[in-house]
Amino acid sequence: MKLDDEEQAMLNGELGEPRRWAIEHMMRVGRFFDAPDFVAVTQAHIMADTESLGEAGVEFLERMAARPEAERRVRIPMITDPRGIDFCHYKRLKQTDAMAALEQRAIDAFEALGIMLTNTCINYQTIMPPVRGEHLAFGDTGVVIYCNSVLGAYSNFEGGPSSLAAGLTGRTPRYGLHLEQNRRATRRFRVEHQPVHLSDWGALGGIIGTRTGSYWEVPVIEGIESVPSSDELKHFGAAMASYGSVPLFHLVGVSPEAPTLEAVCDPQSLPAETIGETDFEAFFARYGGKGEKVDVVVFSAPQLSLLEMQSLAALLDGKKLHPDTDLLAVTSPVVAADARRMGFVERIEASGALVLEGMCFYQSYAREMGEANGWKRLLTNSVKLTNIIGGYGYEPTLSNMENCVASAIAGEIV
Amino acid sequence: MQTIELKCHIGVGPEVSGEALVTDDNFSARYDLDRIKGIFSRPQHKLAGQSYVDRIMVFNTAKGGVASAWMLHEMKSRGIAPRAILFNNVNPILAQGAALADMALCDRFADGDVTQLIQTGDRVSVNPASGLVTIQRA
Repeated sequence: MKLDDEEQAMLNGELGEPRRWAIEHMMRVGRFFDAPDFVAVTQAHIMADTESLGEAGVEFLERMAARPEAERRVRIPMITDPRGIDFCHYKRLKQTDAMAALEQRAIDAFEALGIMLTNTCINYQTIMPPVRGEHLAFGDTGVVIYCNSVLGAYSNFEGGPSSLAAGLTGRTPRYGLHLEQNRRATRRFRVEHQPVHLSDWGALGGIIGTRTGSYWEVPVIEGIESVPSSDELKHFGAAMASYGSVPLFHLVGVSPEAPTLEAVCDPQSLPAETIGETDFEAFFARYGGKGEKVDVVVFSAPQLSLLEMQSLAALLDGKKLHPDTDLLAVTSPVVAADARRMGFVERIEASGALVLEGMCFYQSYAREMGEANGWKRLLTNSVKLTNIIGGYGYEPTLSNMENCVASAIAGEIV
Repeated sequence: MQTIELKCHIGVGPEVSGEALVTDDNFSARYDLDRIKGIFSRPQHKLAGQSYVDRIMVFNTAKGGVASAWMLHEMKSRGIAPRAILFNNVNPILAQGAALADMALCDRFADGDVTQLIQTGDRVSVNPASGLVTIQRA
């Protein structure tokens, strides 16, 4: 890779060991993907939960955090993805003191590195939405696909180590979605059944993600008849990225790089594949459990927006959960503060439900929580969560928010 | 004993050898594994119930989340990890994770579908620096 003078100085260790590690790490990744050089990035966002970091990852961060301040501080605004613990509620969730202690060590290290603990995967709704053409190093696949697709920013999926390296250097290797030629559509889908609920948008994302199935494919979607909301595109993108590892989609007439189909592909050489009502039905039919006892209803992945919190509060008003069913609503610290101020949290929790902030369900030792609480049958409106949580020992079922709430009250899947 | 050489793109990580475990399924450390037991835990995964410890894993592509980047490092630190991972096409997350963990990882094979070229049980040597994978088949 071609290095400028400052990058060479970093590699030589002249700007300290953390930046030497960072540039070397990114050169390994850059060589792997044939990056010619580095590109400057303006924001970084890092995967921060201790379940994925583990003891080894926390020690890695602590070694970096122990360096002199001039060496260890990140150079660009850098924020965190959800943590694994909400310190106000971890005992109720039957997470352990050891998990909380490891989490605290990670927090201390992130603070020493100058990283802001936003603990969110909806930073594009709540913190600093990127601008079209802005090069970024964002973690969380749902964040990346939204920022690339809906906002026209440029980011690859950055795992924790690579996000940190980008934060320390203000750079990332120029490959993948930082290159215009990789942003052209390679698959074309025509939607002939309009999604209604957020879970339908997730299902559509899951269907396209499954069919597309690769980081290096870019779907363009036609046939959506009205302009979707930010929450609809949030669920759509998160599910697509989860099912297909897809980092970018174009929505004709909506997303900024695709004012027309012709702007992102040659329609003559890219025939459309249709997605109809039967595809949606088949997607929902994969989930069983109707009439069965539901152990836990989870709204998470991505964290809830203020609008989703408002909807949930309205659905739960004056209601009581079934005594054998738990309901968790997970949001960001920013949204939680507003939702508390506006009375949404109190209304949700009056039903017996629990509002959690700064974490995400599947990043929070889900296997251990499930075993400790006897949670097996999980109901959610998040397609992303259903895709992930089976590996953690749960039996997930998908429904819309209204049915999820009705099921939590009935104690069985309605 | 039959020896077969496969050319791939330059990879990351050290030169290693071991026994292959092959599937045409995809891979995420977050979605698919019980990392404590060292087995595939996702019921729908084609390798569900099988151990990945010290194997040369062969998959089609990488799936899902960014967590795998930390997780490869965490798995290797406890010695409950694959020795190498080979893909037809990998996403950035697994490549970044292998770079941190110093785990052998290669993709983009010249001779076609690596999940067909390598068979479970093959003795496989992986040389990421030269982009070469050697199969010893009985």
